[in-house]
Amino acid sequence: MQYMQVPSQVEYERATSVEHALSLLSRPDTRVVAGGHSIIPMMKLRLAQPEVLVDINELTELAFIKLAGGQLCVGALARHADLLDSAVAGELFPIFHDAERVVADPIVRLWGTVGGSLCQADPSEDLSAVFAAVRATAVIRGQDGDRMVPVREFHLGPYETVIGPGELLAEVRVPVQPGTGSAYEKVARRTGDWSVAAVGAVLRLGGSPGGKPGRPVVASAGLGLTAVGAEHFVAAEAEEFLLGRTADEESFAAAGAIAAEHCHPVADQRGPEDYKRHLVAELTTRALRRAAARAGRPS
Amino acid sequence: MTMRVAVTVNGTEYAREVEPRLLLIHFLRDELGLTGSHWGCDTSNCGSCVVWLDARPVKSCTVLAAMADGRSVRTVEGLEQDGRLDPVQEGFIECHGLQCGFCTPGMLMTARWLLDHHPDPAEAEIREVISGQICRCTGYENIVRSVRWAAKHPRRDDRGEAEAAG
Repeated sequence: MQYMQVPSQVEYERATSVEHALSLLSRPDTRVVAGGHSIIPMMKLRLAQPEVLVDINELTELAFIKLAGGQLCVGALARHADLLDSAVAGELFPIFHDAERVVADPIVRLWGTVGGSLCQADPSEDLSAVFAAVRATAVIRGQDGDRMVPVREFHLGPYETVIGPGELLAEVRVPVQPGTGSAYEKVARRTGDWSVAAVGAVLRLGGSPGGKPGRPVVASAGLGLTAVGAEHFVAAEAEEFLLGRTADEESFAAAGAIAAEHCHPVADQRGPEDYKRHLVAELTTRALRRAAARAGRPS
Repeated sequence: MTMRVAVTVNGTEYAREVEPRLLLIHFLRDELGLTGSHWGCDTSNCGSCVVWLDARPVKSCTVLAAMADGRSVRTVEGLEQDGRLDPVQEGFIECHGLQCGFCTPGMLMTARWLLDHHPDPAEAEIREVISGQICRCTGYENIVRSVRWAAKHPRRDDRGEAEAAG
């Protein structure tokens, strides 16, 4: 039988515990497979040719989504569908549900994992910007223990992360702060496609000392950008601009313009550069608007 | 380099010596001769190859057969029970849910899974769950009608026995 696309030759190992996985991963040229929806297509295209694949699907101890120590903790093996179904995640961070509704398609979401999305480090992948927006911390497990890396320092570049040989992303932790609202806005050409551009926004609102009564100001802001070449998926200049400003349409539109100015989209089959910048401005404004409305809602 | 892969498919265990890189869709079609599942786009976009892996639909062009080792798989061949078609299969016949039939096995497996979890899905829910599967013939309208038909005609476990007795 002549196959159209055949993955590269590979050895297959199935990890039966996290310790076993770490030991297998210390071999050179090893990659993790979980949902497989990134690594297997990459192997078909010879963009990845690992010698060994370590299957971690049996490590169900990494499949949790829970609230612990004032943080939302998402295990690396949690499936996209699990995060979409998680009431606690959706209540604290609606941005996760917004994003998970538009990650790939429902069948892919049943298998694709949160950890896989982050570790694939695809510049167009949605969750990287989401976890950057909420200022999550990645828990990376190695044989010598855990190390914590802010998601904003997790990605070194396209398809490259700080995870080293013999290490495994174990979970992602998101600090929970009362009064926070969040949202994700994505434009894609069709269901299941990568973003042309997308923006995640997180806002915490406070009173306005010396300001107009009833006009909340931005106490903290997180803005994540997908598929537009933003460093670490973050719109840092727009975040800084928003701090202390009145949470209104004028501020949100100005933040959108700043985000559009400072990102680095490239023209490709999904659109020209100026269109993508236009989307960043508009989607930033919309995401901030929705995040502010949700922050204002009593929990 | 090969490895032994043992998979329970539609209740029957099969074991084969295969390369670790063999995809599940090719394992099913070429090693086991179960050609009901269709090999379409090869890029997890079209959904013709959807089968169940441990009770959840998966695009089997994007899973290694090795990953299914020790697990169970259900394919379109496993929908029929005791010579009776599954209601989703009957629905596709009743409502003309296929023309060329290429996407049908994947559509049927996803539809069965949807109805197992949401016995009375709205049209929008049906469209959402098949949104990662492509049909080039029907425009989806008749597929949605077919799944709705199946929802209205759930299998009653006693029906077969009553018919057999009658």
